[in-house]
Amino acid sequence: MKLLRLTPENTKFPFMRFRRVSYPFSAFLSICSVLLFVFWGMNFGIDFAGGTLMELRAKSGTADIALLRNLAEHLGVGDVGVQSFGNTSDVTLRFGVQPGGDAAQAAAVDKVRTAVSDGYEIRRVETVGPSVSAELVQSGTLGVVLSIIAVLSYLWFRFEWQFAISAVIATMHDLLLTVGFFSLTQLEFNTTSIAAILTIVGYSLNETVVVLDRIREMMRKYKKMPTDQLIDVSINAVLPRTLMTATTVLLALFALVIFGGQVIRSFSLAMTWGVCVAVYSSIFICSPMMIYLGLRTEGGARSEAAEARDESAAEAAR
Amino acid sequence: MLRFAPWKVASIVGMTLIALLIVIPSMLAPETRAALQARLPSWLPAKTITLGLDLQGGSHILLEVDSPAVVRTQVENLRDDVRRILREERVGVVGGIAMQARGVQFRLANPAEAEKAIPKIRALGQRSGAALLGAGGAPGVEINATEGGVVQVTVTEAGVQDKVRRAVDQSIEVLRRRVDGSGMKEPTIQRQGADRILVQVPGLQDPQQLKDLLGTTAKLEFRLVGQPGDNPADIEELDQTEGGKIPVEKQVMVQGEDLTDAQPGFDQRNGEPVVNFRFNLRGGQKFAEVTTRNVGKPFAIVLDNKVISAPRIISPITGGSGQISGRFTVEQANNLAILLRAGALPAKLTTIEERTVGPGLGQDSIDAGERASYVGAALVVAYMLVTYGVFGVFANIALFVHILFIFAALVLLGATLTLPGIAGIVFTIGMAVDSNVLIYERIREENHMGRSILSSLDAGFKRAFGTIVDSNVTMFVAAVILYFLGSGPVRGFAVSLGLGILTTIVTAVTMTRMMIAVWYRFARPTKLPI
Repeated sequence: MKLLRLTPENTKFPFMRFRRVSYPFSAFLSICSVLLFVFWGMNFGIDFAGGTLMELRAKSGTADIALLRNLAEHLGVGDVGVQSFGNTSDVTLRFGVQPGGDAAQAAAVDKVRTAVSDGYEIRRVETVGPSVSAELVQSGTLGVVLSIIAVLSYLWFRFEWQFAISAVIATMHDLLLTVGFFSLTQLEFNTTSIAAILTIVGYSLNETVVVLDRIREMMRKYKKMPTDQLIDVSINAVLPRTLMTATTVLLALFALVIFGGQVIRSFSLAMTWGVCVAVYSSIFICSPMMIYLGLRTEGGARSEAAEARDESAAEAAR
Repeated sequence: MLRFAPWKVASIVGMTLIALLIVIPSMLAPETRAALQARLPSWLPAKTITLGLDLQGGSHILLEVDSPAVVRTQVENLRDDVRRILREERVGVVGGIAMQARGVQFRLANPAEAEKAIPKIRALGQRSGAALLGAGGAPGVEINATEGGVVQVTVTEAGVQDKVRRAVDQSIEVLRRRVDGSGMKEPTIQRQGADRILVQVPGLQDPQQLKDLLGTTAKLEFRLVGQPGDNPADIEELDQTEGGKIPVEKQVMVQGEDLTDAQPGFDQRNGEPVVNFRFNLRGGQKFAEVTTRNVGKPFAIVLDNKVISAPRIISPITGGSGQISGRFTVEQANNLAILLRAGALPAKLTTIEERTVGPGLGQDSIDAGERASYVGAALVVAYMLVTYGVFGVFANIALFVHILFIFAALVLLGATLTLPGIAGIVFTIGMAVDSNVLIYERIREENHMGRSILSSLDAGFKRAFGTIVDSNVTMFVAAVILYFLGSGPVRGFAVSLGLGILTTIVTAVTMTRMMIAVWYRFARPTKLPI
């Protein structure tokens, strides 16, 4: 059987030469992401913005969006966003935090629920009061920051400091671009989006570590090779694996985007984007960074210690 | 590479079989499962996977105890206690007792009398403090007395916290009785943080009923309706449930605490739904006494400061039981009976977060998740096959066992499978083969560099292992952090992601190696098939 190969054998792409293009390009995208975030904003879901989201399905025929909007506004719950999705009988209805705190919010939900319950099946109600949304913002931010710190320390312990710094810069790059993606697409940003972001952090580091691992190995093998050439050789060596894994993960994610349903669509889309960005950044952002950080100057003693650990870990696994 | 201790092979095969046994009950339809369980030995695992509220439908409601109200009540009680002590000790006060945000203040008529009252007041705080913190714990009240006889009694922070904690405990008790009484299945009611209660009830058809049960304080009072000529200071105007206001005496005849039972029923005369109740001895006597004195006058049944009904006392009610009518529906009467039986909440509870998923959407989500999993798995399996041929078959077997292990671990740990959790599993399907890919690509590389097949296989596994560990640790760290910071569905995602990473080390590395070793021994290949 003829087997499928995504990459030709023994590629020799001069990846490091692209850093003169990829750095300005990524800088541009990152600045765009920041600008988008500041001026265009994010579509914060109720988890972070507070408020109420209801998913309704018309008991018969189609949902009357204008009527629903009118009805909800008459109840005095402020601006009501009514949106249809999927088919004509499904709508979401969203209104913001009510003045008067948590109790007022709960009362508003009850009012709307009673008003729509005749004509619509209430499929989902999510209410997040102002105090809870503030906490969710806090724990979400904390989660992202903590995971970066934790991973930085792990990499510092396992590799040279240049590796750790490069990996974290690449991860930050991926984070920024993912935020830009959320802003540009106006996909709802909620707690599952934080989960997506943390998974992207994990995946991005996974990608990076595989490349770094190989660079470290090559460093020991070719002690005299110039850094940029060394990195090129390493990336070319892991290229088949990088593309192969990215493809399997993307296949799984496509299945999620297409069949996973409305509730997690923004999650699946963000992950798909994140995987693509992570592959790009591990090759074009993280690896060249080591040239700038002056990789070869120090490290010998450390890498031997790390090697010894590798060997013993491999022994233990058998 | 080729040597594999028999116990290793046996344990991997054994683990796979056990995982299969654990997962099977969750795969079966409930009826089939019940039928099988009746016939099979009882040591077989029967636990099924726990579905999150977003999949099976249900309500997740986070309530907050109104702490300021708890403190206010506490200060009011303190004032009453202080007043009682001062009266008992015959200590004179100038200008009465003033209430403050956290305590009371008064001025003694004769500063020298401070010694008589202060030890008793101090004892008030110690009693409540000692009960909770053990002897010698922080006192519940703090007393400041000036030379001029101004005494300030303040509830300490510890005293307040203690009170709030007890209010939460008591509320949990009451809520549990209410939810159990209404017949809802498998409710979870637990404390969260200092002043919050999380209520989770799966599979609800009517979430509004739950919210009504949780959101009502259910403080029941029987009071006389105000008559023309009463002192206006003793009367207050209260809302009526049927609209309008009605003057009611401030003095309470009998309270809901004195009820021993409440049952829904029907009025024997007009068939209207009502709630029948019985008083305890004290309540019964009190009620009999008041009704005897006030025949012909109306009295008000007040629930949470709203008058439900105001019937006229036709004859003295001495039997210790009575009836509440108020144009209820059957459901309302039923709910009111539950609320009265369970007792009143010590403080008002406010819903600060609600997530309710109807059973329809839950089922849709399960279907969508299943479809995505099958399609995702099929794509990955097919792709591995066309890329790696026979090695792809090994990777796919390992993938299957990997998914089996995730589910078995979910069942064993009693972890909850949520929709993001399913997404996590689909994602790990893509990620799980990464370890195989790392190994296979490494084997190819070593082979291209001129090593023999056996030596390439060996080197591939050995060299890839370090990378596999490193790259998975980073992912695992992300999963652990998500688990601790996330809630509900997100936590479900963290669990399946984390489990997926752990099992992949066993399946993708050890199992694949074993299969390749067996294959090598039998096929004796002359050329690497990848």
